[in-house]
Amino acid sequence: MNIHEYQAKELLAAEGIPVPMGGVATTPEEAESIARTLGGKVVVKAQVHAGGRGKAGGVKLAGTPEEAREKASQILGMQIKGLTVEKVLVAPAEEIATEAYVGIIVDRATKRPVFMVSAAGGIDIEEVAATNPEAITKLPVDPRYGLLPHQAYLLATRLYSDVKQQRAAARILQQLYSVFWKTGASLAEINPLITTPAGEVRAIDAKINIDDNELFRKPEIEALRDASSEAPAEVRAREAGLTFIKLDGNVGCVVNGAGLAMATMDLVKYYGGEPANFLDIGGSSNPEKVVNALRIITSDPNVRVILFNIFGGITRTDDVANGIVTATRQIDIDVPIVIRLTGTNEEIAVRILEEAGFSAMTDMDEAVRRAVQLAQGEGK
Amino acid sequence: MSIFIDNDTRLVVQGITGRDGSFHTRQMIEYGTRVVAGVTPGKGGQTFEGTVPIFNTVDEAVRETGANTSVIYVPPAFAADAMYEAADDGISFIVCITEGVPVLDMTRVRPYILEKGARLLGPNCPGLLSPGKSKVGIIPGHITHPGPVGLVSRSGTLTYEVVYKLKGAGIGTTTCVGIGGDPINGTNFIDCLAAFEADPETRAIVMLGEIGGTDEQEAARYVKENITKPVVGFIAGQTAPPGRRMGHAGAIISGSAGTADEKIGTFRENGIGVARRPVDVVELIREAL
Repeated sequence: MNIHEYQAKELLAAEGIPVPMGGVATTPEEAESIARTLGGKVVVKAQVHAGGRGKAGGVKLAGTPEEAREKASQILGMQIKGLTVEKVLVAPAEEIATEAYVGIIVDRATKRPVFMVSAAGGIDIEEVAATNPEAITKLPVDPRYGLLPHQAYLLATRLYSDVKQQRAAARILQQLYSVFWKTGASLAEINPLITTPAGEVRAIDAKINIDDNELFRKPEIEALRDASSEAPAEVRAREAGLTFIKLDGNVGCVVNGAGLAMATMDLVKYYGGEPANFLDIGGSSNPEKVVNALRIITSDPNVRVILFNIFGGITRTDDVANGIVTATRQIDIDVPIVIRLTGTNEEIAVRILEEAGFSAMTDMDEAVRRAVQLAQGEGK
Repeated sequence: MSIFIDNDTRLVVQGITGRDGSFHTRQMIEYGTRVVAGVTPGKGGQTFEGTVPIFNTVDEAVRETGANTSVIYVPPAFAADAMYEAADDGISFIVCITEGVPVLDMTRVRPYILEKGARLLGPNCPGLLSPGKSKVGIIPGHITHPGPVGLVSRSGTLTYEVVYKLKGAGIGTTTCVGIGGDPINGTNFIDCLAAFEADPETRAIVMLGEIGGTDEQEAARYVKENITKPVVGFIAGQTAPPGRRMGHAGAIISGSAGTADEKIGTFRENGIGVARRPVDVVELIREAL
């Protein structure tokens, strides 16, 4: 799960990290009033779950409260990477002397949380990693002991030569690790971590991604979810216990299992079509799931055919067949449905479907080819 | 032969009385797996359907029945402790089926189990099946039969699809292993490749990977240096968009890393035959045998 910058900053501030806080506005008037309270120059920042906000024009400086209102009215409602900006953060504009990067990720290679710090912050850290990897110091942390004080200090010495700044940074790194662990993050970063002309170290932008598997035991983090910043169909899918990701094609896919779902999308492409989505109905053969899956897929106007690909191992294909029949009675579907079922009880499933006027195939390639043909308007 | 499980596997089921645990215990017994014990705290002294004794702790189950392998079906909140418990009580092979285990839990569980000298498979995996001998987990028993192919995969139903197609062509498996779709797991591709290399009955290996991470790339380099048997590979997720988690927690393209193209390229560079479609695995394996 992604959370907004302002939410990440609140988590960091609660741990004691010096973060110049501002306020969140949903209207230009609110932005003006926050700017007035803060006094001085402010920065107005789009709060959306997308990188590259600055380049997209979603981050603007304002010298006066009136200007803050004007900038907010430009940013609110703006589209950034397909997402509409509903909120802006209005924060004090800090004078910046230096910009550094500090972050922690769960690293798959070392199977541990790994700190990454670089005195060259403020820009895309992946680009630094690709072009100038020596500029980044990496440190794997043993999660059983956490970030040890001497490790935090070592990292801090890679950022600053001033002793006071080193000490401040070491404390911030330990606080950041603490937030990372407590929130169940997969990534927690401060970019940039700045020094002011007066020499103070401060976090002025932050990003935290949460491991979805943590949410069941962290209701306070789940409460930070902003469903308005997610695609509506994906929100509905999550609420229905389905995994759904919208894509740009026209072949709607309903598959059991994530690996098979990806392989099905790939096969659609292989036969010259474009998948409209990733959708995993999981191991359950509850007809309700099939109904929800069909509702979500048919709400996409691009979809010209629906392709089921079900491998019945534990899932009984006759249950899925019943789900399809039930679902098509409950909702109007005006696009063709291609069904591929194989495995447990496939003879019964095929009979159920045939009695309801559907035809079912047992071969994956044959079904995908047929779906692609139908999507392209051939062979109806 | 087979890898990791065989006729000597004596299985304890952790979470035997739960919905998934009881369903799959029945399936495993029907397949012929020697399920010697179950564990559900508070239900010690009862039996599972009159045949399998239930204990409160893994410790007791091991002492009373000589269990050497465990399979875990407990909910995510209890999965880490179930893995610690199995390792503490001398289980040498632990299979965790549970989906949704927090990754930070796994950063602690994994080194703990390694230090105890045990092997972990999973979490979030379908388990494994040595046809005709033993099945531990949830892989349907009827979709493959004994034969010369060793298969290792990050996925569940995609694995079923491929072994079922192999079966249709008359080709069976020595062992079919699902290592799971999480970013941090106990057993990886390389562990399975090494075991298949050492298994005299395995004559060819299938590796089913997916987007995300670098495990497949490392495995491909390992194949070139250490594996003498033919290896056939498939990567799911060619059409996956970057930055989105494709169902599995581990199936996510980060930046430019972990794409299907990168993995397929590394497979080719290291002498692994690449199947473009799942069905192409059959032809490549037939040629290899």
